Amino acid sequence: MVRPQDRKFVTADPEKCIGCTVCEYACSMTNEKTYNPTKSRIRALRLGPLNNLAVTCRHCEDPACIAACPRDALSQEEDTGIIIVDENACNGCAWCISACQFGAMMMHPEKKVVFTCNSCKDQPDGPQCVKWCPEEALSFVSAQQLAQKSRLSAVKNLFQEAKEKTAEAK
Amino acid sequence: MFAYAGKILRVNLTTGKISTEPLNEELAKNYIGGIGLGIRLLMDNSKAGTDPFSPDNPLIFATGPLSGTMGPTAGNGYAVVSKSPATGGVGEAKAHGFFGPDLKRAGYDAVIITGKADKLSYLWIDDDKVEIRNAEQLTGKSPYETDVAIREELGDYYIRVSAIGEAGEKLCRIACIINDEFRAIGRTGMGAVMGSKNLKAVAVRGTNDVNVANLDGFKEFVKMIHERMKGPATKKYKTLGTPENVLVLNSLYALATRNFTNSQFEGAQKVSGEYLNEHYVKKIVGCATCGMRCDHIAVVPEGPYQGSTSRLEFECLWSMGPLCGVDRLDAIIEAMRIVNEYGMDGISIGVVVAFAMDCYEHGVITKEQTDGIDLRFGNAEALIAIIHKIGKREGWLGNALAEGVARAAEIIGNGAEKYACHIKGLELPGYDLRTLKTAALGFSVSFRGACHLRNGAYSPDVKGKVNRFKIEAGRGKLIADESKMYNIIDSLIVCKFSRGTYYDGWKDLANYYTLATGIPMTPEEMAKVGDRIENLARLFNIREGKGTRKYDTLPWKIKNCPVPEEGPAKGVAVNEEEFQIGLDDYYAVRGWTADGVPTVEKLKELGLGDLAYIAEKAMQGGA
Repeated sequence: MVRPQDRKFVTADPEKCIGCTVCEYACSMTNEKTYNPTKSRIRALRLGPLNNLAVTCRHCEDPACIAACPRDALSQEEDTGIIIVDENACNGCAWCISACQFGAMMMHPEKKVVFTCNSCKDQPDGPQCVKWCPEEALSFVSAQQLAQKSRLSAVKNLFQEAKEKTAEAK
Repeated sequence: MFAYAGKILRVNLTTGKISTEPLNEELAKNYIGGIGLGIRLLMDNSKAGTDPFSPDNPLIFATGPLSGTMGPTAGNGYAVVSKSPATGGVGEAKAHGFFGPDLKRAGYDAVIITGKADKLSYLWIDDDKVEIRNAEQLTGKSPYETDVAIREELGDYYIRVSAIGEAGEKLCRIACIINDEFRAIGRTGMGAVMGSKNLKAVAVRGTNDVNVANLDGFKEFVKMIHERMKGPATKKYKTLGTPENVLVLNSLYALATRNFTNSQFEGAQKVSGEYLNEHYVKKIVGCATCGMRCDHIAVVPEGPYQGSTSRLEFECLWSMGPLCGVDRLDAIIEAMRIVNEYGMDGISIGVVVAFAMDCYEHGVITKEQTDGIDLRFGNAEALIAIIHKIGKREGWLGNALAEGVARAAEIIGNGAEKYACHIKGLELPGYDLRTLKTAALGFSVSFRGACHLRNGAYSPDVKGKVNRFKIEAGRGKLIADESKMYNIIDSLIVCKFSRGTYYDGWKDLANYYTLATGIPMTPEEMAKVGDRIENLARLFNIREGKGTRKYDTLPWKIKNCPVPEEGPAKGVAVNEEEFQIGLDDYYAVRGWTADGVPTVEKLKELGLGDLAYIAEKAMQGGA
């Protein structure tokens, strides 16, 4: 069994993401066999030229979307943390959309039921948005790995600064 | 149909009538989309002699077959075509960003807008629901403010907006249309045509699928282009960006300075791509679906323009920098920001200001006429002050300059036309045509007036493939061949920055088209489409009385003011004799008469027999 902290999800590095939406096109191509960002499970946002970020389901522990669903249409896969939508049970009431803090739960424009990131679990090489991202801004990581990555870069920066200061002092 | 939406939208702003019609598949194949389709629709939907600001002049928004697909750079474009108020001939420009794909997903290959709204309005295209809405509250707002306000009003952050600023509303002939904050339908005054229709913006939300004919094949092709985009073909755009040209052109005596007086700029280092990137560029971002990135977002860190933020490319940096003798990047970034706020062509505006400075320095206009602005070359504050006046059409001079250099020179008189650097009424882009003579010939025959992107004729000069200090037989073929390619690039609407990634040229582009649309297309057929579009555009210009030999000209300074700098280029200018030899060569290669009119035979060969009457009339001296 996979421990919750080892469950992987797709996350974007705000330093690298440029809001190009290639991820959206890769997602709809993979999961819907068409090009249509409104059917993408990941959405990029540009708040201004310097502030871009792609957002998708983070496979939370005790997901708010599941708690909010009045019809028991949502469940979470134990190993992967993926939120499974029972399309027969879902009636598109959008309570889960209200509950999700990341806007990762979305209404499918045609099926009128909700949909969210499935980590491309049927793809042998994992989430396709990650594969296609031209900036390598997306990664498929666990919370543990994400924290490690941040620690590593923080400490590296610290030592870089320290080195520069030493150099300046000389 | 695959990839195409299969539908054309018609909007009459006078009557409020909105209708759709199917896109004919043959028309699609013959003209591809973008400018090709747009120019054909312009030809078929307008009468000869229509004033560009007449309600009858159609303003056409066209997507390309690849818009809305995952094609890198190709997925995100759109084109606008109309009769140009700058040139009186074909007006067209393309922009990338995020607007184009939504227009395609809304279900349209083209939108033909005619008429004039009775008050400032915007067009709201929500898939198949189309509405003309009041925009009076947006009067005087910048394109970006308009974008934000419309998205708020309609309540959807993902709505895409293409809008004009104050300059467009006031019919400045150098007004552009802007989407996604920095992306401009820049050249040939399309924003002024939009303003003449009382149309502030087009807002669009498209939620339909865009399906390609061969999804697996298309995916592999796109993957290949993505890989190539990581390589040398796009390196320039991803690193220093187009401002890399500053030092390259300067070293070639081709960095036109102080309104084409000098060919080198003593301040080049301070406005170089290297300096810009080191001191001002904060982030490099990109458009929808693009596998590279090129948008160098510059922020001024300190000084009087602290915080000023803009995307900056070579052409605009050049026009408002070296061409005006300005060596301050902070002021150039601020100028660019303001130009985007008014919604003006960033190339033309700099050439207009440089023209005014040249006139001022030669005593053609006085300080009284400038309302006290000391319009000397190199005066950055004056540059910014006069841009405000032009954008608002303020004062006698601001109003005159808002007409573009050709008309401004007529208004100013007093010999001002010598300083007006334009071809067919469109201001020159950033190449010194005295020392890049293939470019001189290529720009002179471009159907939208002075333009480096109608045939890329600067390229053989800059790359050293020809003797750039002279025009000789053979240049015509170089220009004609490239013009076909550029026409296809603008009809598929792939970004020109990506052109180096199509290693196999026509083969790649034809394959791309067929994978997306399912319509068979050989490389030869596609090149022929490129030729067809060139001839079609030429015919439009001829129909409007602007398309024959006498309109293929060069600015006075290019012919009469030799390069003053010591060195290999000293004394160089284009002489009339070599220029005429160049035109003869070019027309012969194209299958045109000595007067630059396509022959009936040529038109029939290209499937343009139905328009041969225009050429026949011209040959009888009717145009």
